[in-house]
Amino acid sequence: MKLIFSLFIVLALAACSSTKPVSTTDISDRSDSRSGINGNDGRSSFGMNPLQDPNNILSRRSVYYDFDSYSVANEYRDLVLAHAAYLRDNGSARVLLQGNTDERGSREYNLALGQRRADSVKSIMLLSGARDEQVESVSLGEEKPRALGNDESSWAENRRTDILHQGEY
Amino acid sequence: MHLRNLICIIWMLLVGTTTGLHAALNIEIYGGGGSKIPIALVPFAAEAQLPERVSAVVAADLERSGLFKLVDTFGASPHELDQVNYADWQNRNAAALVIGSISTQPDGRLDVRFRLLDVAKRIQLAGFSSIVTTDQLRALSHRIADVIYETLTGEPGFFSSRIAFVRKQGDQYALQISDYDGLNARSLIEYSEPIISPAWSPDGSRIAYVSFEKKKPVVYVQTLATRERKAVANFKGSNSAPAWSPDGRKLAVVLSQQGGSQIYLINADGSGLQRLSQSSSIDTEPTFSPDGRWIIFTSDRGGSPQIYRMPASGENTGRAERLTFEGDYNVSPRISPDGKMLVYIRRNAGGFNVAVQDMSTRQAQILTDSKFDESPSFSPNNRMILYASEINRRGILSLVSVDGQVKQRLSPDMDNIREPAWGPLPGKR
Repeated sequence: MKLIFSLFIVLALAACSSTKPVSTTDISDRSDSRSGINGNDGRSSFGMNPLQDPNNILSRRSVYYDFDSYSVANEYRDLVLAHAAYLRDNGSARVLLQGNTDERGSREYNLALGQRRADSVKSIMLLSGARDEQVESVSLGEEKPRALGNDESSWAENRRTDILHQGEY
Repeated sequence: MHLRNLICIIWMLLVGTTTGLHAALNIEIYGGGGSKIPIALVPFAAEAQLPERVSAVVAADLERSGLFKLVDTFGASPHELDQVNYADWQNRNAAALVIGSISTQPDGRLDVRFRLLDVAKRIQLAGFSSIVTTDQLRALSHRIADVIYETLTGEPGFFSSRIAFVRKQGDQYALQISDYDGLNARSLIEYSEPIISPAWSPDGSRIAYVSFEKKKPVVYVQTLATRERKAVANFKGSNSAPAWSPDGRKLAVVLSQQGGSQIYLINADGSGLQRLSQSSSIDTEPTFSPDGRWIIFTSDRGGSPQIYRMPASGENTGRAERLTFEGDYNVSPRISPDGKMLVYIRRNAGGFNVAVQDMSTRQAQILTDSKFDESPSFSPNNRMILYASEINRRGILSLVSVDGQVKQRLSPDMDNIREPAWGPLPGKR
């Protein structure tokens, strides 16, 4: 019963947030993530894993990049900082950062470029309180494209670092 | 190779050594792909009933090299020496003539005989007889092409060499080994996760490659004969870009365990890790020079990816030197087996193309005009370059001669091939 009730709340919030402007969602995301971090078991007040909670910024897992770039743009800072705080407050938590590139160019060079993208996320996390043994940054290069087209929108989707928490890889 | 044991040489060279024979034929084979050796290949007696037509395989091999021109054999079909009318072949402007026959033995095996003849001098230059099973016919045909190539050019052939590549079928990735022409392929390993960067050990007995089966890149070494495999670089972070040292004892690999992508040296059994490159940039795609003195690699330390070389003992023992200066994207270097040429991929206005560069003059030349070329590697005799290209979003194997004169797509019916790597000649130690 409790589960059904919390599911109802989550769904209601999800429906709600989709109609709000993005900035408002960000603010509520941040307060959600704080409540999740306060509980040492990593659970939110709804009894839901904050990593799965669509209203929690921790459910956002992807950082996107410009062509040939590996620096984390400002719009993704809060997202990376939230995951870093989660790691800081949950000592046993682990993440795998997978860097990806678009398909153009050498596979091995792209593997190295994807590594740089994952490393750039890792270094922000380490500066923000995560410990080195909690974060492994690896690259999938161009080998696991999420978008399969050969146009700019597909390429942009594939220039990405994904944050995977324990049990997700 | 088992075939070698089966080959019994019955009647051999009637004339001296093979060196200098191309001079005897008075044909210039070097320089701009100008003149080619005119050669007549008469279909072997009784070959039409067999699954492989020996003379057709030999003809395809010789033509692919760009050094031969096939002479029409219409109306003449000698199979034995006493059936050869030399004057007729002289009139057809053939410099060399190949004849042969195949007969079936009581046990079902095939007795294949071939002769290579000098039309002007009216002598036999080479020939042998070999008893093979039907499924060895193709390998034997490549061997005949090698003998012809070696006899007439004075250089080793490459038709008996093998290549490795990755074939993608649906969600499956197969690391495959085939004849140099892409045919006769068989899988070494198959996975539902990507495989990249196959690299042949110098003796052709093992292949190193990168598999993503552990959700991240890990370097494996697999022995062809036993299929035994071992993860030799599985450190924290990414492990990739294996390259064998010329003695086959060590591998250069790229690791991200200390941050960034840096080049390390490791024993082929995974022990004895040692860092070679020392930059805060991307250093990847290492390859050894054939003399073992240098490691050639890709780095973006100058702001864009370019080709560099450093001493094989590492950057601590000598400064890295930049080798490419034209273009803002030069990657995937490989050195020719004789150490004289460098091949790599350059991003051009229109796409990614194969470029060759003379190691001493540093002169570079772009050989292809396709859109997405990748992974170039040299034939064992330095003459040809195998690379991956793309047509209609499908990866294909292609060949180009180092002078750019001959280009060929291999096996266009094969679907989605990538990451080709040309292996050494069989029996090389």
